[in-house]
Amino acid sequence: MKILVPVKRVIDYNVKPRVKADGSGVDLANVKMSMNPFDEIAVEEAIRIKEAGKAEEIVAVSIGPAKAQETLRTALAMGADRAILVETDDEVEPLAVAKILKAIAEEENPGIVMLGKQAIDDDSNQTGQMLAALMGRPQGTFANTVEVDGDHVTVKREVDGGLETVKLSLPAIVTTDLRLNEPRYASLPNIMKAKKKPLDTKSPSDYGVDTTPRLKTTNVSEPPVRQAGEKVEDVDALVAKIKALGIA
Amino acid sequence: MKTLVWVEHDNAEMKDATLAAVTAAGKLGEVHLIVAGSGCRAVAEQAAKVAGVGKVHLADNAAYEHALAENVAPLIADQMGHHDAFVAPATTTGKNIAPRVAALLDVMQVSDILSVEGDKTFTRPIYAGNAIATVESSDEKLVITVRGTAFDKAATEGGSGTIEEISGPADAGLSSFVSAEIAESDRPELTSAKVIVSGGRALKDAETFEQVITPLADKLGAGIGASRAAVDAGYVPNDYQVGQTGKIVAPEVYIAIGISGAIQHLAGMKDSKTIIAINKDEDAPIFQVADIGLVADLFKAVPELTEKL
Repeated sequence: MKILVPVKRVIDYNVKPRVKADGSGVDLANVKMSMNPFDEIAVEEAIRIKEAGKAEEIVAVSIGPAKAQETLRTALAMGADRAILVETDDEVEPLAVAKILKAIAEEENPGIVMLGKQAIDDDSNQTGQMLAALMGRPQGTFANTVEVDGDHVTVKREVDGGLETVKLSLPAIVTTDLRLNEPRYASLPNIMKAKKKPLDTKSPSDYGVDTTPRLKTTNVSEPPVRQAGEKVEDVDALVAKIKALGIA
Repeated sequence: MKTLVWVEHDNAEMKDATLAAVTAAGKLGEVHLIVAGSGCRAVAEQAAKVAGVGKVHLADNAAYEHALAENVAPLIADQMGHHDAFVAPATTTGKNIAPRVAALLDVMQVSDILSVEGDKTFTRPIYAGNAIATVESSDEKLVITVRGTAFDKAATEGGSGTIEEISGPADAGLSSFVSAEIAESDRPELTSAKVIVSGGRALKDAETFEQVITPLADKLGAGIGASRAAVDAGYVPNDYQVGQTGKIVAPEVYIAIGISGAIQHLAGMKDSKTIIAINKDEDAPIFQVADIGLVADLFKAVPELTEKL
């Protein structure tokens, strides 16, 4: 079985995003960029499935600018076998990403497409579900545990009330939640080796996908700022404040 | 515009999350509902009473019992032939189903809206709520998920919707429900609690978390939340997590105990009316958003607070 793992290059999760003064977006110039944390979890899970002898090959895919190569090299250094960069400088929405991934999946025939549940830049949480719809395949979203067993995969999902387990027939789409695993760090020798692993570069038009956005962002603004309040001296002062709020 | 709102339920009762979605849909036009499940007529009857509701489409079929996206998305997509917008609460169920519907309709979904600015214009949070984007859809149909804390809840009485039975595609045969581990609790649900007591990594372990946080929450009749660090460390289950990727809450009072205030956590609670923070590190970022702060050792301060309240 082959596993396809899409990865996105996003602002590093430790960086506080700054909104541009002209309202056109978030300033990404000279900002540290990294692999979307949920995608790292997806890469790790794919590697673990391969290490357990249940997959033979892991193909990482990224849709984005030339610099997304770095993100793919990170995936390769972690343990993916080869990579495909679908290069574009345009912003590509989840629907178009899903269409490109569908075209790639038709060429690669993966048993599982493992994606992060959401990207921490646009916070859409759509791509995996959309890909599953377009391919007519089942989806195990927000995965907490993934168990591949023959022609099925069992996914324990993080849901609002707790956990839910579903059984999906393969091929299937799985999206990862935070507690699925803890991604490994790439070792230096593996980082060196990753430089020699194959990386193909394509364009959205190679897959016949129109990436024209359907949503037009007309403005990006700062959220209302919360002012720091006051610090109280001791528990008694806090008790008085809480009583004044009328909740005790 | 005719909207179709996803009714969140457990086949017996409608869930509160539906009500904010109804309010958001009401800003777009006529509000129709869809109740998909198994043996769920009682839910449709409750839903029909929600203020402002027109038709309630009831799809009662064993294939829809667990709201598997593979089965309900085609059902909804069928209904979108005579509706203009599909509106779902941004719960884990809504987030699972709506994008599948959107892709079937070749529509780009607008996720987690905060406001309705026009027929096809919405605001939504991006970058963990560190920026608010105004977006305008160019698609003919709309697919939207709604942030529950951003809209008032529609009244559960006063409506006189009519129930209409519908049928849709049978079980797609792609997926099956195996089991659920849903915590039974008398505590208010996080997303509708008036008061939330939330604990962080500083609570040390599951037992200490329980000993320190629970008595205070009991005293205040509060829901219990946690930071990602506390959930990852196994102090509490995943459904306690408040934050960018956990639950988004906006109670009257949010009490953060031993939570430093990472941006991912703030994203989930900064719309709370009053934020109280107890932390021993006076430079913790949580104090930058807290209305009332107490710099103290939580292991001393919280039991004392619980006792004195």
